[in-house]
Formats: sequence, structure tokens, C-alpha cells
Amino acid sequence: MVYEAKSGHPGGSLSATDILTVLYSKVLRHDPRRPDWPERDRFVMSKGHCTPVQYALLAELGYIPIEELDTFRRAGTRLQGHSVLGKPPGVENSAGSLGMGLSFGLGIALGARLHDLDSDVYVLMGDGEQNEGQVWEAVMAAAHHKTDRLVALIDRNGIQNDDFTKNVMVTEPLDEKYRAFGWEVRSDVDGHDLAAVEQALTWGRDVRGAPACIIFDTVKGKGVSFMENNLAFHGAPPSDEQFEQAMAELADGEAS
Amino acid sequence: MTTIAPAPAATREALGPTLIRLRQEGEDIVVFDADLGKSTSARLFAAEFPERFFTFGIAEQNMVSAAAGAATLGSAVFISTFSVFAEHAFDQLRMSVVQPKLNVNFVASHGGVSAGEDGASAQSVEDIAVMSSLVHCNVIVPADVVEAAAVVEVAAKTPGPFYVRTARPKTAVLYPDGARFVLGKADQMRDGGDVTIIAYGLMVERAIRAAEELAAGGIDARVLNMATIRPLDVDALEAAARETGAIVVAEEHLVHSGLGAMCAQALATRNLVPMEFVGVENRYGESGTWSEVLEIMGLTSDAVVAATKRAVARKS
Repeated sequence: MVYEAKSGHPGGSLSATDILTVLYSKVLRHDPRRPDWPERDRFVMSKGHCTPVQYALLAELGYIPIEELDTFRRAGTRLQGHSVLGKPPGVENSAGSLGMGLSFGLGIALGARLHDLDSDVYVLMGDGEQNEGQVWEAVMAAAHHKTDRLVALIDRNGIQNDDFTKNVMVTEPLDEKYRAFGWEVRSDVDGHDLAAVEQALTWGRDVRGAPACIIFDTVKGKGVSFMENNLAFHGAPPSDEQFEQAMAELADGEAS
Repeated sequence: MTTIAPAPAATREALGPTLIRLRQEGEDIVVFDADLGKSTSARLFAAEFPERFFTFGIAEQNMVSAAAGAATLGSAVFISTFSVFAEHAFDQLRMSVVQPKLNVNFVASHGGVSAGEDGASAQSVEDIAVMSSLVHCNVIVPADVVEAAAVVEVAAKTPGPFYVRTARPKTAVLYPDGARFVLGKADQMRDGGDVTIIAYGLMVERAIRAAEELAAGGIDARVLNMATIRPLDVDALEAAARETGAIVVAEEHLVHSGLGAMCAQALATRNLVPMEFVGVENRYGESGTWSEVLEIMGLTSDAVVAATKRAVARKS
């Protein structure tokens, strides 16, 4: 999609692909035929530049035709570069400006509790996104309101736009910070081990009395050798040659 | 003809009691608060409906995006703080609330320079410009406490985002109890054929007083309460231009980016007539009682009278 669109963010989509694949296929209660089902679980994409992985999953699950993925980022598309609520159905929030998704998910969780809806809320953030002050406002408020059924997923791939996160802004120790604010935390989960991801997600879902945070260790550009841990592929498409190689490697990965 | 009743009250006092009434009537009202609920009157709601009142601390950005999330479940979510702090969460309003057109209603008190003693940092002279820059955000400034209550009700029952500026000081009550508010419609407070004075908020009272003084001098001024700034009532504006031939806009806001500028832009392609502007001239405020600060900033009925005379003199 990013190759076809000639712009976009492949790295952070690939680092989150395994997490979201397990979430959508094994944990999230949703119905592609009824995207507005009131008691569905909600997935909030806070790192809104990683729409490619979400659109691809929504297509695989039947929310949109697979062919529509070719319209990504093109004039007239529903599939904008960054998330837009309701476009397509299944996208629960608007995102792009980082740091707002956890707050948005918190609001849904508080509303769901008030309305006695049997819904869980999952919010995916980046590790670079933890730089945003608003994230910590939400972390504080979610704990204050004992907002269980709110599960923060952190895709810790170690890279943000300009550099490795540790060089841009030290955010560690993330697990201790979330714990200190009053969250239940699972850290160092291998974000590419599907069984470990599922186990962590169901743990987070079942936490009661406090919000839950899962910190996944991931590899930016996972599955494509030349993208993995490569600063160049945060926000840049592959060349023709790179695209062919990437598709071959991903196909191999799928087969193995 | 509007008569100005005594019984002064602040527009900010309408929020809490109106939200309580709406909830009692069955509206799905949820209130998020950023530690100024006593001042905005939102906290009154907490005493009646504690399960529907959520404290967010002094953290406006989180409050705004969380309100957007809660609004996706169909509630009319009300958030409040001082208007200068509303500006603190501009991108949250833009991306979380306004772009998805969610029913989040920001009722921001202490608007304008009449916040008074707290000084420049606490006086919003740019909030109307900031909020009016948001596509399809309704921007409203009620003229008195009765209208403020009616605005809160309309905001709750109308899908989509609202920014409502209320004020700190107790000011005159212009409307009878139970008066209705119609979104997007200017309210004619006084008819007149020589010139039209357009105002909102506490400047409406000053416009009415100015019109009364002008009438004694032979100038017959129409007064429009333009409580709805967005969407602008272009029909009323155009009629005023056509029927009275000159317009004065009086507002508690920076002149270069407020309602006056919006009216001039709207008339430029329709029927541009002589216009004059009363407002804050490219400066920030300072401490003082609210009426002293209005005087210092030139937001008085005398200033409206002078501007109106200039406008009438320019009619050809």
C-alpha cells in the first residue's frame, strides 16, 4: 500500500502487525457486518500514521474490499494517510496528531461503564508517542478513575521519526512509570510471538480495578530485512526493487 | 424594544443548573471537568448526578480528547474551564472533536477582558478567532444568563461540537425568563433604519444603551444580538447592510480577528457598506475590576456611540 501510494509509514505498521492481527482475530469482539454494534469492543489507533496495518486487517476481515487498499492515500479515497473516524467503518477514532488516542479510549471506557456496555477498549500507541505530555495526563486520569477494561498497548520498536527513541527522548523505564501511576503492567512481551501476544492481551482484558498496560518489544519494519531497525523506513516508501524484495520476504515469512 | 432589567447575573451561572434540568428531563448528559467547576458552575451537576461527573484535573488536553471518546457513545458531553485554557487544547478540539463532528460542548467561562483582576493571561481576547477557525464548530456567546441557559439546551440537543463563551461578571438580564435561542439567527433587540449595531455577549447591553442615546440625538440604530458567531447569520447581515446602509460591530475581542472581521468578509462579496469596529485594538489586557478593564480597553457604550456616528457620517 505504501509502495503504491509512494508515501506512508511502513516501519511502524510492520512492527505492530502481529499485535493487531492477534487482537483483531482472537481477542476483539467485533462484527464486520455491524461496525456500529453498540457492545463491540473498541480498538483505538493512537499512532495514526500506521493506518496501513489497520486498513489491511479491516480488508482481511471483510469491512472493506481488498481492492480498496489500492486507493490508500489517493484522491477520493476513504483510506486517508492518517486515521479518520468512520472511514472506513471499523475505524473508531481520528488520529495523526500523536498523544490523543489514550485519552479518547479513556473517554470511551468511562462512557461504556456509565452505560453498562459490555465493551473492552484497546489503544495502540508508539513508544516515541510516549513523549507527548497528553499521554501522561491520560495515564493519570485513567488510574484515578480506576478505568478497567481499558488496555494500553505500547509498540516499543525503539525508533521514532528522526532517530532511535533513546536518542530523541529517554522514555524508559516505561513499565515503572505506568506502575507508579497506578496501572497494571506487563512488560517485555515479544510482540512477534503470536502466542505471547494473545496471552498478554487476554491478561490485559481481564484486569479489574485498574487500567492495564502491555509493553510489546517489537522490531520496526519486521519481516523485511532491509527495513528492520532501519531509521529510513519510519515514513518513507520502498523503491521498486525494495518493494519486490519486501514482498518476497514477507511471503516467505508467511509460508514458514 | 428590549428593556434592560436589573437582577444582574453572570452568564456562567447558567451552565450547572441547566445541565441538571436537562438530565432530569432524561437527556444523556455527561460532564467532564478540569478543576474549575465551581467557577464555571459545572460542579453543581456533580452534586445531583455524581456518576455522570468526571474530574480530569488541571489537564485540558486529556479532557477534550476523552470527551470526544465518550461522545461516540451518544452522550451530550459538556466540558468546561476558563476560555483561555480552552485554547490550550486547540489541536485536541480540532482532531478529536471537530473533524469527527462529535457532540462535545465546550462551555468556557471567564471569556473576554471582563475576567478582570486576574490580568492579561486570564483574559481571552482571541478565543473567538481560535474557535471560529474550526470548520463546522458552532461558536456562541450569549448576551445574558437567560440566553446562556437556552444556548446550553440547544447545544445539548444539537449534534456536533459547540464552543460557548460565558462571562465572569454579573451583567444585566436582557431576556425574559424562558426566552428561546435559535442557532444561527441574529436576534433583533431594537429596530432602526439609519445604522445597525451588531454585538454579542456583554456588548449587547452596551449597544442597546448606545442606541438609546443615539435616538435622543436623531440617529435611529438597529441592534442585533449576534450570539451565534458561527455559523454566521449572513441573511441578517445582508439585510442590515441593505436596509440601514451602515454597520458597527462591537465585541469583547481583538478587532482584527473577531466577528467584525468576519462580517466585513461576508459583506465584501455582497454589499459592502461603511463599517466601524469597537473592540480590543491589537493589545492584551491588564488587571482591574471588570468595568475598569472594559473602560481601559474602550469597550463602552460611549465608544459604540462614537463609532456609530462615524459610520453614519460615512454614508453617502
